[in-house]
Amino acid sequence: MPLSSKHLLGLHGVPREDIQLILDTATTFREILDRPIKKVPTLQGKTIVNLFYENSTRTRISFELAQKRLSADTVNFSTSGSSTKKGETFKDTVRNIEAMKVDMIVVRHQSAGVPKFLTRITNAIIINAGDGLHEHPTQGLLDMYSIREKFGKLEGLNVCIVGDIAHSRVALSNIFGLKTMGANVSICGPTTMIPFGIESLGVKVYYNINEAISNNDVLNVLRIQLERNAGERIPSLREYHKYFGITAERLEKFNKDIVILHPGPINRGVELSSEVADGPYQIILDQVTNGVAVRMAVLYLLGTMH
Amino acid sequence: MEIKAKIIDETGLQRTITRLAHEILERNKGSKNLVLIGMRTRGEFICNRISDKIKEIDNSEPPKGILDVTLYRDDFRTRLKQPEVSVTSITFDINEKDIILIDDVLYTGRTVRAALDALMDLGRPNTIQLCVLVDRGHRELPIRADFVGKNIPTSLNEEIKVKLKEIDGEDAVYLVNAPKQ
Repeated sequence: MPLSSKHLLGLHGVPREDIQLILDTATTFREILDRPIKKVPTLQGKTIVNLFYENSTRTRISFELAQKRLSADTVNFSTSGSSTKKGETFKDTVRNIEAMKVDMIVVRHQSAGVPKFLTRITNAIIINAGDGLHEHPTQGLLDMYSIREKFGKLEGLNVCIVGDIAHSRVALSNIFGLKTMGANVSICGPTTMIPFGIESLGVKVYYNINEAISNNDVLNVLRIQLERNAGERIPSLREYHKYFGITAERLEKFNKDIVILHPGPINRGVELSSEVADGPYQIILDQVTNGVAVRMAVLYLLGTMH
Repeated sequence: MEIKAKIIDETGLQRTITRLAHEILERNKGSKNLVLIGMRTRGEFICNRISDKIKEIDNSEPPKGILDVTLYRDDFRTRLKQPEVSVTSITFDINEKDIILIDDVLYTGRTVRAALDALMDLGRPNTIQLCVLVDRGHRELPIRADFVGKNIPTSLNEEIKVKLKEIDGEDAVYLVNAPKQ
């Protein structure tokens, strides 16, 4: 059964069956990553452009590896060293790239809604790799995959997203996806980082990290995004760490098997102590490996759709 | 599904499996270097049965694996439906091994070609030998089976349906009319 949509713009409104299919398909690709030759010829002859208007290390590498492992031809575009510096508009850039006959575009942009806009001006299949403060669907999917791998299910799990919710596209994708899959989603952070009215999405809000730890099976800890002026919303990083940082002592106090996720890159000593970031509770590097498998699944399912 | 004839019944199937197991052991002078790989979906169960038979005859148990070739198929652009992929499970080293690749029906040979590509990505076996329950002809590639349960010449508007107890609730091979496109 194919996916119900031609593009992956976000997890909002994506049906449960689609998410299930992506996660199940990713299991197949996870196996390929353990082989001596980590490559299959599935997307041979397809051309994919990675259109990255915003800095990224792991998402771009993860997408590129996923594409290469499916034998697609990939082209990378980044704003530095491109004609955008000469004043070319975004629309013109994209139209030109499309005229070179590409099949899929993976796009990251600092403005929300750019992937959706692309679907209107090109015929290519669009995958959102993060747009502004809107969504980051493949991160949401890989988080769900990693949690499911650990617990064997998503339904009924208590998952708390901790940190700068207001500036996080990862948080939104996680909330939409996890809720669709039947998890109980909550968020936790300082009041200044919790968007007004977020309860309307059906999430519980904690302002106390200890309560969040004691009531949840999973903590998805977000990065404090200093590049998005997150510093203005908290008195100091030290204070943030004191009240919301995940430390080994805090976790040990509750003596339970909690699982810690983090989309990376980690601000060590701010949202996670180094002890936790490298400790037995976290599955951060599993998330990175699973990211390639999940992106392969998305590329496969969209790229071979008729 | 319009059945034209029942080609093999339950006892016939058992006999065929026994003969295939004997032939495999005879050709390879025992099972010392063998590994058995069944192709999803029905090849997997035929593989299990051949493996049980080999155990009975030779008192040995060669490693068993399952191969899914969806990602290696060359017909993505021509098919109407997106094929579902499932996991390949070959947890042992296939280097220098004699692989018996097992499937239910051999037809155009394209699935076998995909399987050969997939196996080559997993290692460098000594030999790959093909074992099929039914060879229905109409090859589009230069591929032939080393072990054949039964040759059933068919026309292009006929199909072979292999039924196995594990998933279909009965053991039989039918010749049926192909559904109209």
